[in-house]
Amino acid sequence: MRVVWALLRRDLAQMFGGGRRGGAVLPVLFFVATAMLFPFAVGPDPVLLAKAGGGIVWVAALLAAILPLDRLLAPDLEQGFFDQFAVRGIAEEAVVAVRLLAHWLSFGPPLMLAALPAAALLGLHADTLRTVEWGLLAGTPGLAAIGLMIAALTVSLRAGAALAGLLLIPLAVPLLIFGAGALSTGGASGLALTAAISLLLCAIAPFAGGAAIRAAREG
Amino acid sequence: MEPFSLSVKDLACRRGDRLLFRGLSFELKGGEALQIVGPNGTGKSSLLRIIAGLLRPLAGTVEMGCAVALLDDKLALDEHLPLGKAFEFWDRLDRGGYGPNNLGSRRLDTLAEVPVRFLSTGQRKRAAILLSNSRMAGLWLLDEPLNGLDAKAAADFQDYVGAYLAEGFMAIVASHQPFAAPGLRQLDLADYAP
Repeated sequence: MRVVWALLRRDLAQMFGGGRRGGAVLPVLFFVATAMLFPFAVGPDPVLLAKAGGGIVWVAALLAAILPLDRLLAPDLEQGFFDQFAVRGIAEEAVVAVRLLAHWLSFGPPLMLAALPAAALLGLHADTLRTVEWGLLAGTPGLAAIGLMIAALTVSLRAGAALAGLLLIPLAVPLLIFGAGALSTGGASGLALTAAISLLLCAIAPFAGGAAIRAAREG
Repeated sequence: MEPFSLSVKDLACRRGDRLLFRGLSFELKGGEALQIVGPNGTGKSSLLRIIAGLLRPLAGTVEMGCAVALLDDKLALDEHLPLGKAFEFWDRLDRGGYGPNNLGSRRLDTLAEVPVRFLSTGQRKRAAILLSNSRMAGLWLLDEPLNGLDAKAAADFQDYVGAYLAEGFMAIVASHQPFAAPGLRQLDLADYAP
């Protein structure tokens, strides 16, 4: 527990303190900027924007999830943090699980907050916004888990950053289908499925990530 | 205190397509030290990483009756933080061992306010030495420990390792430079090349 707390404190300080992981601010700004681009591209038609707006918010969230991937694990492996954890008997799985929590905290809730100005820019209705917010709450842990697994798998690759973006998009499609799909059906079942996928991904991520980091060390 | 021990049996290591060494066996008891010598690329660092449990050997076993510490060319401290702050993380993780007195023992106490990225090579090495084994593990793996240290720091460190061994701990030094420690045996990896 002491170890988990120490790890979490360092991770959060790095993510929110404007440390070398780019901080939590950058993905959020990127998210708002993406949402802002759509009215310029498709024209200021309020009916069209209100109809497509929920989906646009989702796509913007997905793109923002790509941004922090290359700083998530690679610097720690290069600097020998994972080696020093390992000789102290701290499992890679534990480190990755804590990193997952910290990553989501620095990315999920800020994105949900940023969805408010984004919704205003797109002229979303209140009930659409509510579904989007619930969807983001259900979907962002899954996005964080996918991102972390991809970061672990590409940690030893030179072109990892570019590849990570390409990998995340197809893997996030199920989350997008159910999360954004809940907007058109208006049902809770889509949200429930999104949450189920998220939970599954969060359960797998520490183990997949830990194994990937050990494999990267062998390589 | 339980006497420390290390037993390495019939170890073989492969990196990529190359077999680096095979049939390597040795034993180490508390208070003993071993220096691994051999030309570049014979697998000195790989052997240390196998013993540390960071690499899997191709064959053979490592049995260890103690905790292990590893010093290599990396420094696991956050570069943007001042040295003292960066050590606070490890202080929480290791339950102490990185206070002002500990920093002073490696002549780092005056650098506590300096961001890690501004430290010189020798200062980084001294920080890495402190970080690797402030918690006094039974076996200390030292990969080129004298690289970057000035003459005084190198002499200090060799004295420190001597005192560490005298307390019944074990050390393995991988270096082609001479290393002075009482009772240091030598193991030439070239003898185990395929």
